[in-house]
Amino acid sequence: MAKIVFTRPKSMKDVVTHYCPGCHHGIIHRLVGEALDELELAPKTIGVAPVGCSVFIYDYIDTDFIQASHGRAPAVATGVKRALPDKFVFTYQGDGDLAAIGTAEIIHAAARGENITVIFVNNAIYGMTGGQSAPTTLVGQSSTTTPKGRTSQNDGFPIQVCEMLNTLQGPSMISRVAVHTPAQVIRAKKAIRRAFQCQVEGRGFSFVEVLSACPTNWGMTPLDAGKWLENEMIPYYPVKDFRIPEGVQ
Amino acid sequence: MARAIFQEDRCKGCGLCTAACPTGIVVLDASRLNSKGFQPAIVTDKEKCNGCALCARMCPDLVIQVER
Repeated sequence: MAKIVFTRPKSMKDVVTHYCPGCHHGIIHRLVGEALDELELAPKTIGVAPVGCSVFIYDYIDTDFIQASHGRAPAVATGVKRALPDKFVFTYQGDGDLAAIGTAEIIHAAARGENITVIFVNNAIYGMTGGQSAPTTLVGQSSTTTPKGRTSQNDGFPIQVCEMLNTLQGPSMISRVAVHTPAQVIRAKKAIRRAFQCQVEGRGFSFVEVLSACPTNWGMTPLDAGKWLENEMIPYYPVKDFRIPEGVQ
Repeated sequence: MARAIFQEDRCKGCGLCTAACPTGIVVLDASRLNSKGFQPAIVTDKEKCNGCALCARMCPDLVIQVER
């Protein structure tokens, strides 16, 4: 009798996502769902989704959700977690959200060491609004607002969020991962599960940045977008564990 | 016998699974369109599937279930 070795996580709804072909959000949603299943967290989970393509996670993961104002997810999650400390609380934010309008909220939630988990999806562009330059857009990368490529003279330099948060004492865990190859997906899964475990054990703020492709707004095929992520993004945004607490699986 | 079952009408034809398959048996079917209007991913040689599920791990749309 054949055994099912891979299928939809129980905590994910059986629906089609609105994401474009080859968008990595679908993979990252599934990793979140798998981690919620494995740690049996779904019944007590409250997710916080702010603004961007990522907000629709509330349609796809079958747990309670709150929608926050643009960038404010870590502040809302702080309130939820402090009012209901027995719940599992995570935010799911894009780079146009977390690294731009939400910069203050993420830094102060991290500095306070709030016992929440943040999944930060970095695709180096504003996806939902049509491909404008984000704080994470690479120098030289073209977007609708930098059609000839971002220049440091005119647009400054991209923000490396993990490196910035790693200067703070508050976070218990900071990792950057990617999902453009099967090996990276498996590593990303471990990091997300570990971040969830940090919160369950009350260790404080845990943060996972996931490098993600936006083939539509990058103007590439999904497979070329994976190569671009490997060759252009990872050299500037190295995938590594910045901080891991001792004893967490 | 291992097999990967594709829920074809959910496929968006991104092709991430085709690059993930170590045996090279997952391809986009250029001969037809699914109900969403994409060329769906299919398995060409079912006998060669080893059930590794790497295609399913790369699929952003949960199209693939793997049995072994």
